[in-house]
Amino acid sequence: MPFTSTVGDYQTVATLETFGFLPPLTQDEIYDQIAYIIAQGWSPLIEHVHPSRSMATYWSYWKLPFFGEKDLGVIVNELEACHRAYPDHHVRLVGYDAYTQSQGSCFVVFEGR
Amino acid sequence: MSKKYDAGVKEYRDTYWTPDYIPLDSDLLACFKCTGQEGVPREEVAAAVAAESSTGTWSTVWSELLTDLDFYKGRCYRIEDVPGDKESFYAFIAYPLDLFEEGSITNVLTSLVGNVFGFKALRHLRLEDIRFPLAFIKTCMGPPNGIVVERDRMNKYGRPLLGCTIKPKLGLSGKNYGRVVYECLRGGLDFTKDDENINSQPFQRWQNRFEFVAEAVRSAQEETGEKKGHYLNCTAATPEEMYERAEFAKELGQPIIMHDYITGGFTANTGLAKWCRKNGMLLHIHRAMHAVIDRHPKHGIHFRVLAKCLRLSGGDQLHTGTVVGKLEGDRQTTLGYIDQLRESFVPEDRTRGNFFDQDWGSMGGVFAVASGGIHVWHMPALVAIFGDDSVLQFGGGTHGHPWGSAAGAAANRVALEACVKARNAGREIEKEGRDILTEAAKHSPELAIALETWKEIKFEFDTVDKLDV
Repeated sequence: MPFTSTVGDYQTVATLETFGFLPPLTQDEIYDQIAYIIAQGWSPLIEHVHPSRSMATYWSYWKLPFFGEKDLGVIVNELEACHRAYPDHHVRLVGYDAYTQSQGSCFVVFEGR
Repeated sequence: MSKKYDAGVKEYRDTYWTPDYIPLDSDLLACFKCTGQEGVPREEVAAAVAAESSTGTWSTVWSELLTDLDFYKGRCYRIEDVPGDKESFYAFIAYPLDLFEEGSITNVLTSLVGNVFGFKALRHLRLEDIRFPLAFIKTCMGPPNGIVVERDRMNKYGRPLLGCTIKPKLGLSGKNYGRVVYECLRGGLDFTKDDENINSQPFQRWQNRFEFVAEAVRSAQEETGEKKGHYLNCTAATPEEMYERAEFAKELGQPIIMHDYITGGFTANTGLAKWCRKNGMLLHIHRAMHAVIDRHPKHGIHFRVLAKCLRLSGGDQLHTGTVVGKLEGDRQTTLGYIDQLRESFVPEDRTRGNFFDQDWGSMGGVFAVASGGIHVWHMPALVAIFGDDSVLQFGGGTHGHPWGSAAGAAANRVALEACVKARNAGREIEKEGRDILTEAAKHSPELAIALETWKEIKFEFDTVDKLDV
């Protein structure tokens, strides 16, 4: 019998930062993350970019940050609207924290191709 | 009213024990744990500490009368019992702001922990905490970049950062070393780190290391599409050599360098931090030698003081211990000093070992680095304890993976993200840690193997230095 090593081959994957190593989030899991962003008092913000520019600092805003938006359904609809308008783009959701001027949360919801 | 010169030896407490004194907002306050020689009254010991760490000397001298010494002297204004300890007590001392040069941590420490620590009337002395007045803080530059800017530069949001130290720590050639960096970064880590004792040894000169590491970082970045960095250790024998190495790191387009602030010294650290601010470079800070100074519960300097001093001297990341790994540090104390690194105001809280309210003003924050003897099973506890503004570093827990460093890195990244996702979804990650990791491992053979590899390892020794409660 031919010898087979038990060592696996790790293949490098191109990822899009936070949650890039998890399987795509389900609808419910995305809702949980939006609820978390709202509960922290952060403003939801949607950005999108063509995959060829994914390492750029600035992705395009979808509309404007949704300052003070507390309605989870609104954010879900906006994410889907952005994805429909730019089906080949990455779409990410940001929990924007105006107090620190940083992003308390940021992950890609739709991966473009 | 002028005073008369009266030669001889006075008791310290006549001048330096002032229980009615109300500290000013601009005073620098210190809390010392004092253990006097038998028979010496507490007030005399405390006053001696105040005197010897400020204006006093053992004998009255005529030249004191040339100035208004009451304006410059340090004063002990309060004495407290140490809970559960009859032989020691806390002395609270107020120092006027003018005793210290602006922006010089070196100067503050030279006074506060200088000759006084060898003083014969004391058996032991430990500096527990310093309240830096905002007026002094505003004279220090602090972190070259701070947490917010570091996140922006590295494009890392909503989670702790992930790193690891390259192993073996000594003995690899530059090219082999770069290989290990590349493996870790392509596997999903954000940062890798030079071990503290990697400087520029015969087996691997610094320039050669920097070049190979830069290529590893560049390749990993291109292949993964994520920002990567390696802490290039610039600690060297002289400041001139440190700047030379820092300049070369910049020339290679690297985002971060590293310094060992206690062995290197505060003056060197503050200088390098200023260079980093000017040159847009992140600064990672190692703390070799700290345990010599901070581990004994009755003598030395508590790490919370060393942490505060580093934030003022300048650094963007500082090692803080892990609470759960192989190195010393209890949870409440660690939470107390990581607050000092990251928050803009930290209230007095004896249950966390913070003896004073500390206002940091607008000074940037420092990432807390948890590193040393941690592995993937510790991940839920680490995320819960350290929160997002931290760097979690798994050395053996990355390279020790049966498939190698890249798979080890991926296992840690999957575990980290699973914990963050679960936390955000409202789960109690410390309680449910096992379930969270096991679920995540279903989608990641790398994580499944890591969980199997490290399942038996625990580090359960009692801490030597505990909070006095």
